[in-house]
Amino acid sequence: MLASQNNNNQKVLTTDGIPLKKKLSKALFRSRLRAFGLVTPLLLLISIGFVFPIIVFLTRGVYNDTFEKYMVNLTPILSEWDGKSEPTEDMYEALVLDLVWLKETKNIGKVASRMNRELSGSRSLFTSSARKAKKLEAPFKESLTKVKKKWAKLETWRAMKVTSQSLSPVFLASALDMKYTADGTIVQKSPERRIHVKLFIRTLEISLVVVIAGLILGYPVAFLLANLPIRISNLLLILVLLPFWTSLLVRTTAWIAMLQGQGVLNDLFVVFGIATDQDRFTLIYNKAGTLISMTHILLPFMILPIYSVMKTIPPSYVRAAKSMGATNWTAFWRIYFPQTIPGIGAGAILVFILAISFYITPALVGGQDGTMISNFIDYHMRKSLNWSLAAAMGGVLLVIILFLYWVYDRVVGIDNMKLG
Amino acid sequence: MTKKSFVKFENVQKSYDGEVLVVKDLNLEIPKGEFLTMLGPSGSGKTTCLMMLAGFETATHGIISLGGNPINNIPPHKRGIGMVFQNYALFPHMTVYENLSFPLEVRKLSKAVREEKIKRALDMVQMREFGNRRPAQLSGGQQQRIALARSLVFEPDLVLMDEPLGALDKQLREHMQYEIKHLHERLGVTVVYVTHDQSEALTMSDRVAVFNDGVIQQLASPPDLYEQPENAFVAQFIGENNKIMAEVVDVKGSVVTAKTSEGNLLKSKKVNCDKVGSKTTLSIRPERIKVGSKGENTSDAKVLELIYIGDHIRCRMLVEGDENFIVKIPNAKKISDLKIGLKTQVSWSTVDCRALDRLI
Repeated sequence: MLASQNNNNQKVLTTDGIPLKKKLSKALFRSRLRAFGLVTPLLLLISIGFVFPIIVFLTRGVYNDTFEKYMVNLTPILSEWDGKSEPTEDMYEALVLDLVWLKETKNIGKVASRMNRELSGSRSLFTSSARKAKKLEAPFKESLTKVKKKWAKLETWRAMKVTSQSLSPVFLASALDMKYTADGTIVQKSPERRIHVKLFIRTLEISLVVVIAGLILGYPVAFLLANLPIRISNLLLILVLLPFWTSLLVRTTAWIAMLQGQGVLNDLFVVFGIATDQDRFTLIYNKAGTLISMTHILLPFMILPIYSVMKTIPPSYVRAAKSMGATNWTAFWRIYFPQTIPGIGAGAILVFILAISFYITPALVGGQDGTMISNFIDYHMRKSLNWSLAAAMGGVLLVIILFLYWVYDRVVGIDNMKLG
Repeated sequence: MTKKSFVKFENVQKSYDGEVLVVKDLNLEIPKGEFLTMLGPSGSGKTTCLMMLAGFETATHGIISLGGNPINNIPPHKRGIGMVFQNYALFPHMTVYENLSFPLEVRKLSKAVREEKIKRALDMVQMREFGNRRPAQLSGGQQQRIALARSLVFEPDLVLMDEPLGALDKQLREHMQYEIKHLHERLGVTVVYVTHDQSEALTMSDRVAVFNDGVIQQLASPPDLYEQPENAFVAQFIGENNKIMAEVVDVKGSVVTAKTSEGNLLKSKKVNCDKVGSKTTLSIRPERIKVGSKGENTSDAKVLELIYIGDHIRCRMLVEGDENFIVKIPNAKKISDLKIGLKTQVSWSTVDCRALDRLI
């Protein structure tokens, strides 16, 4: 009673005169400290081993100082150059100085390949010029152009100007099929060189189809699981989980055996006369193969959240609806289905996020038109070694996911998600 | 259809597994406007009967008819029966208003009619200002009222209630009992009510069907049920009851003389016992027993425990070898004479003692 009589202006005090809030936070401090102590090892592991490297790596997408680091003489002059006027003798001199030094320190390869990404053919231009740079004499403009005519071209110098900027949107632009030019504008690449946007769209499309297919296939299974007698539903649940416990690689290769030209499915099609022996369906090494195997692999992630939500819906709701005169369909659509939306939301977002960054399956069964953005990121990481572009593409993917997550939150509401 | 049989169960049997009958040969007629309660312990088949009437369970055998027409093959949504569920089953994703609107929408009523009916139903349970709330924002008693309003809003002739007050605390439960009873009296709707709470059944019903083991043990009005139980199960299930095991030694007209294990001869009313030589249960209500005086039947007694209740004293005694013989003594002046360990006599009149079947 006493506490309720206190109005808001008065602080509530404990019997020894200390404000109650202070006392309470003191009392809770120890338990909070203990709780924090329990999560600290994992927190440290994740921040040091996961979050920090990711952030560092993602910065590569917008920051690459290879040129600035090694072309110490040329870089400051290039940043002052307007990118339109003829390159001056000073610039040529600085270039030769840098080339000589690069050759001596054996760093020419790094700069050459960095330049090559901006302007193809620059690798040999740099390496061969560096070999002869030591013998060159002033005026450097003439002697250098004598070695390689390309040095006289404005295009070469503009490419160097772009490359000399460490912090630049050049890779981000490239990840979105655009080109960042020396005068600071961003233009679209020529149509035959636009591949990334198409790939992003295809990735989104595949993920979306996998989510929808998973929903169509998984919802009835989840319903069955939630409504069958416990003994049968447990058996069914094991069947749902069985592929879950099998290696991803095994499942994917199993699909290759199933779907390939001489595979089980096509053989059956031939037996039943759906396809002729000469003209079998191409079900693998294309988009269809990616879709089929990804839907299968991600299906448990759709079924389980929906199932666990359905499990909590007592049968009395549908019964009540029917007793009020609703047909089976109305009772399902207006009473049962809306209550399963949290599960659908959780399953859909789970499958979508897993699908959008799926790698092994599209790599194995994707062929030409079934590969996804992650396969391209991998290509740049391991084959072309263009880590900056890989980081930029990864960054774009992350932004897309965060944006879709935001849209999801606005439309469905993240609080509405229920995993069990 | 006669007025007497608005709802009719004829030889209804129900089995879930094909081996055990949950409901054994049920025959029951419910006249229009009656408040009938199915009372029984859990597993007695009462809820199964209700679910068969609602259409959520099919009768294995027999005919269930409503208003003269068999409804065995009519799906639940076409039966037009209102129902209140144990946990209310208010749709959590809809407001109170939408919940009440649902049965009217599926009947394709116009918006104006719907509004009118919903308003009336909400007024009926004094919940008018709660239309925009969600069920989760209501207390248990308020949810109960809304569930009630929802089952009545489409004006069904028959409303089924499956232990609707089970989740409420005692005080609220008693309050809601009266409210449901008054609502029933006002609307004249037929109610079939299922409960395991005998006081709830006695308070509300016109008639009570006591279920045990899939069979109706007795179907009677509350006073008859309490004062004239027909068998030992009903006597024990409804209210408090003293039972003395005895053997029938003589039957004269409606009076049975039985011999207790102590050798005492007691007279009682013949209700449900076999011929001479068979075992019987003599049943006497605790408030019909006098202490300290002789009567038509007298037995030696020893006071074992005294519990002060307020308006009466509950006295546990040793009578005829039974240590749980309860006597209720009205709180009057002489009460101080009773002491634990006191040896005295108890007596009762023959008409208050009923000779029933033997309890196993």
